[in-house]
Amino acid sequence: MEVFLVNLIAATFRVSTPIVLAAIGETYSERAGILNLGIEGIMYFGAFVGFLVADKSGSLWLGLFIAVLSGIVFGLLMGFFTVTLGVNQHVSGLGITLLLTGLTLFTFRLFYGGRSTPPSIPSFQTLNVLPENPILGPILSQYWLTYVTFLVIVPLAWWVLYRTNFGLKIRSVGENPEAVDAAGISVPAVRYATLAIGGGLMAAGGAFLSLFQLGAFTHGIISGRGWVAIAIVIFGNWHPVRVMLGGLIFGGTFALQLRLQAMGLQLPVPYETFLALPYVVTIIALVIAGRNASYPAALLKPYRRE
Amino acid sequence: MEAKRFPYQLIKTDTPPFWMRPLIPVLILLTTFLITAGLILTARANPFQAYYYFLISPLSSQVSFLEVLVKSTPLMLTGVAVTFAFATGYYNIGAEGQLYAGAIAAAWLGIVLGGVPAIFAIPLMIIGGFLAGMVWALIPALLKVRLAVDEVVTTLLMNSIMAYIVSAILNGPWRDPNSGWPQSPEIAENTMFFKLIPRSRLHFGFIVGLAAIAVLWFILTQTSFGLKMRAVGLGKPAAQFAGINVGTTTLIAALISGGIAGIAGVSEVAGIQFHLIGDLSAGYGYTGVIIATLGSLNAIGVFVASLFFGLIDTGAQTVSRALGVPVYLGEVTQAVMLLVALGMYLLQRYRIVRRA
Repeated sequence: MEVFLVNLIAATFRVSTPIVLAAIGETYSERAGILNLGIEGIMYFGAFVGFLVADKSGSLWLGLFIAVLSGIVFGLLMGFFTVTLGVNQHVSGLGITLLLTGLTLFTFRLFYGGRSTPPSIPSFQTLNVLPENPILGPILSQYWLTYVTFLVIVPLAWWVLYRTNFGLKIRSVGENPEAVDAAGISVPAVRYATLAIGGGLMAAGGAFLSLFQLGAFTHGIISGRGWVAIAIVIFGNWHPVRVMLGGLIFGGTFALQLRLQAMGLQLPVPYETFLALPYVVTIIALVIAGRNASYPAALLKPYRRE
Repeated sequence: MEAKRFPYQLIKTDTPPFWMRPLIPVLILLTTFLITAGLILTARANPFQAYYYFLISPLSSQVSFLEVLVKSTPLMLTGVAVTFAFATGYYNIGAEGQLYAGAIAAAWLGIVLGGVPAIFAIPLMIIGGFLAGMVWALIPALLKVRLAVDEVVTTLLMNSIMAYIVSAILNGPWRDPNSGWPQSPEIAENTMFFKLIPRSRLHFGFIVGLAAIAVLWFILTQTSFGLKMRAVGLGKPAAQFAGINVGTTTLIAALISGGIAGIAGVSEVAGIQFHLIGDLSAGYGYTGVIIATLGSLNAIGVFVASLFFGLIDTGAQTVSRALGVPVYLGEVTQAVMLLVALGMYLLQRYRIVRRA
């Protein structure tokens, strides 16, 4: 039982990392009023391009760097549509996801052909903190990006949003862009900035899967994690710390499912039940959170100076 | 002295200049193909040759032309499904899951209705698929209308859940006992959609798709419900103020949307595959969103967009076979076309005038 729990907690942090990264990225842009449905595609492309670069150059670090860069670029592309042109955020976001999904599959086929086993590379290794300790050892044996996510990116997002001038601008743009504009601050600049930061984090989340956890790229590598991240942002009421907690709850359910499968128990229900469980839990969580959800007032609304 | 200024400027306009209206689709096409030409070059193929195989070659023989119609069938249905929802301002991104709900119903009815004459069995399958898609659309729709839970997120999550349900069914009760393949038993012969043209793949589903287009046109433009839908789509507070029940209108539109997406699943099972399989849909539910948008949420637009996307899907396979360009070129082209079309709004909103 103790081993089971220790492994479950360890897996929870690992599984939550990509979701929390992407969800924090989405929090930035939604706080400024842009719902980025490009998230699923940006994660997918990030996972792929990170893998491709790492495979061809032999450098995992270069792979991660290029992945994040690609996320920034496509975040800015989302900005072009939703900020500069002011077109429907749902449709442009979904368009970016479809574009990046197609582009990834196209490029994958160009480089790796139609092989049946996914190509793999040696991935980043976990850090072994306190390897002797039977409880903390396994729990603290995590990838460096997991540490960075929970100890740097989440607290930093909170600090930026609530304790800096830039964060005040972001939140104001998401609530009352007219007032921000009247105060002489550029609404488009703030929105572009949050989309760029957000895109970078989403792509890092995708690359976590290919460069850390799997050391491989598979067609189903993201399989809806981006959508889950969007749901978690609502569940977390657009607050970085609560978003992180939402990510951990999802990660926990997912990890539990993995553990149960790994134990090879003969279960009375198909194993897909456990795979679908996190999505069901997320919907239920949305219903519960929905009553108190305080959407940024300007979310989904393009801003035009008249 | 005033610096010499550029003699033309962009000014805002509410209506595009008249000469631009027919030009816009042409510009969208040219820009899209200019962008995708880059991809074709990376695959070491000649873009002009590729476009020949992509767009002309499928139309040059009867077999491949009928294949274009076959490919456009599910797209018409999901395009209509998405349009019903989007026109009402309900962003149903769940057509993919609703399609599979209809497909499960069709695969089941196709076995149960084994002894029933086709004239009863086929309508029953279509109704069954409609109801199944509706049921799957009901949960997010109720959550939206009753509890104001964002439908975009819930419909997307419902797609993921449906994918696992299909996988559970195919790996469990319906796994083929002989081959061990994850596919449902073949549906009875009398429940298969008949062929419109012998020795082709073009089936009755195409007629169903045309009927869906007609129903969309009729409801949107000829009924008071269609007027209510569009009023809600244009603005909920204003519609409310005009005495329209926004909740009920949204709910009904969402359910019709889910039902028609379900019929798309029936059409693929009864017309093409005759089994339920895991990759029954090549993302038709999501492509439906593109088609609804490119078709400007009206019946004729959706019809034209579905045919064109059917051509792209067929052409992508031709290019892939002839030149070895990955078949995913089709998906990329469709997504690029959507984004380019969105970008063209800029052209529609501004006009170039000479400075005074």
